[in-house]
Amino acid sequence: MSDQSYLSLEKLTLAYGDTVAVADLDLDIRRGELIALLGPSGCGKTTTMRAIAGLLPVKSGRVRLDGADITHVSPNKRAVGLVFQSYALFPHLSVYENVAFGLRLKGMRGADLDARVQQGITSVGLSNFANRRPAELSGGQQQRVALARSMVMEPKVLLLDEPLSNLDARLRLEMRTELQRVQKETGVTMIFVTHDQAEALALADRIVVMKRGAIEQIGSPQDIYNRPQSSFVADFVGFENVFALEGGKLKANGHLYDLQGDVPSVAGLAWRPRMVALGEGPFRGTVRGTSFAGDRREYLLDTPLGPIKAEDDASAPVHELGTELAFDLPARKAAPLASFA
Amino acid sequence: MNARTLFIPLTLFVVIAFLIGPFLIIVAASFSAGETLAFPPQGFSLRWIAKVFTVESFRASFGMSLFLAIGGTAAALIMGIPASYALSRYKLPGAEVIRTVVSAPIIVPGIIVGLALLRYIVVPFGVGISLALFLAHTALVLPYAVRVVSASLDNLRSDIEEAAVLLGSSRLGAFFRVVLPNIRGGILSAFILGFVTSFNQVPVSLFLSGPGVRTLPIDMIAYMEIVFDPSVAALSSLLAFLSIGIVFAAERFLGFSRYV
Ligand SMILES: Nc1ncnc2c1ncn2[C@@H]1O[C@H](COP(=O)(O)OP(=O)(O)O)[C@@H](O)[C@H]1O
Ligand SMILES: [Mg+2]
Repeated sequence: MSDQSYLSLEKLTLAYGDTVAVADLDLDIRRGELIALLGPSGCGKTTTMRAIAGLLPVKSGRVRLDGADITHVSPNKRAVGLVFQSYALFPHLSVYENVAFGLRLKGMRGADLDARVQQGITSVGLSNFANRRPAELSGGQQQRVALARSMVMEPKVLLLDEPLSNLDARLRLEMRTELQRVQKETGVTMIFVTHDQAEALALADRIVVMKRGAIEQIGSPQDIYNRPQSSFVADFVGFENVFALEGGKLKANGHLYDLQGDVPSVAGLAWRPRMVALGEGPFRGTVRGTSFAGDRREYLLDTPLGPIKAEDDASAPVHELGTELAFDLPARKAAPLASFA
Repeated sequence: MNARTLFIPLTLFVVIAFLIGPFLIIVAASFSAGETLAFPPQGFSLRWIAKVFTVESFRASFGMSLFLAIGGTAAALIMGIPASYALSRYKLPGAEVIRTVVSAPIIVPGIIVGLALLRYIVVPFGVGISLALFLAHTALVLPYAVRVVSASLDNLRSDIEEAAVLLGSSRLGAFFRVVLPNIRGGILSAFILGFVTSFNQVPVSLFLSGPGVRTLPIDMIAYMEIVFDPSVAALSSLLAFLSIGIVFAAERFLGFSRYV
């Protein structure tokens, strides 16, 4: 086993009956990495997690973990932890007993057991809640119990399915920090699912962007944020103006438009709203909508290229609705896209 | 008050009187001092209540009914719990059909079930009456067991079983460790409902009686045909209070009505 592939998915195909949900997926994860699985709802994130955990049989391909082929190892013998989106705590057991559940099954008893459970509960800040039932805890606390319950088992890989999506904004930030801390302290290999790009960017060592059951791009947060490879990823991480290129010209609504500057020979270009230069340039558009967003002002322009989203400093003069504006899509600022769907 | 506003409370009163009235009459009749079953009761005494406990055949048939109610309900649960589990957790082809078929005895009149059992099982196969009664009561209670247990399974999220498996439990172990403890209330409720249903059952048992083998309600009918004294009323009252007591206790401790 190389350190580059502590967990590998090889040509993994997963299906529900005859409906293929994930096709030919290849992924190598290093030991101790914190990976975000990012993609829109229904793209196969949960399906992939369930297959790694062994809850969903693999249709074809293999799963390797720590040098062993675990494709057909049953889920209770994989040493893979999963924190469910719904937490899935045992409602009839106290926090203490929830955390002790797996350890007891391992045959741990007495003082050993107690020490481990206490340590697990304390590490997520719930030592005062050991005797509570799950129903007597807030969502954030339940989340922590679920995390402790998996972590005390010292899994080789910990999977988290949308761990932050059920929490309110403040708790989400707190839990983010918590996850990062747990991961750094224990060095556990962690994969978490999210459909929120900000979450993925903030937490992950590497981001895996999925689209319709396949990996669209893998890269560091910086890569994904600044250098999306495809129109799908570009759109997903906030490049709201995405265009195909044809022979060095921008293609929109069936027409070709010249761009200023050197145009790379790629499939498409993408601009974030703030990359659009307002007030000068070869294109013209009419202000269709405008909204104040604190430090900046957002504009929606009606243009021959289609709708364009642009931004200006909040301190700049306001362009009123209906005004005609010149603007530019500077090629040197754009993210070059290798593929355009 | 006009006729319209009077109509609703009046209807309510009539319905309640209709439901509770016979029960009150029977209770009153049990405390009669007279020699025959009559209403209004003649005088007050506890002698008929006391007599119930001395009638030999009542004791035997009470034992039989108790055995059927406990044994039949237990057997129905042993079959019904796994059946409910399969129906609620696996997307079986034809699950709805199975659910309907399993519930059928609730719809089919008991007298038809009893006659069918006699005609097609007891007579052709020479099955003993006790065994036939046991089978009949098991079949009678099974739909209730499936219904009540299914309801509590449907309220229990299924991902906790997967969580248990990922923590090292086997599938079967997960059932015993995290499913059963969480549907305990439903199972107890099903047991009580099944017990009461079986114990008070007349039509199914009607055809299934033999020398010395009878359920209590059937025995009471037989007794009344010979001796027309208030002891049958006394026994009915005792049984009714027993049922009420059980259901109240169940509601108090289990929240029975959540499941039924
Ligand atoms: N139990 C299931 N049966 C059939 N299809 C399913 C099931 N679960 C998920 N799917 C389908 O598989 C695809 C991927 O789903 P999922 O992995 O849950 O997506 P995500 O977690 O990314 O939102 C979707 O098209 C979904 O409809
Ligand atoms: Mg999902």
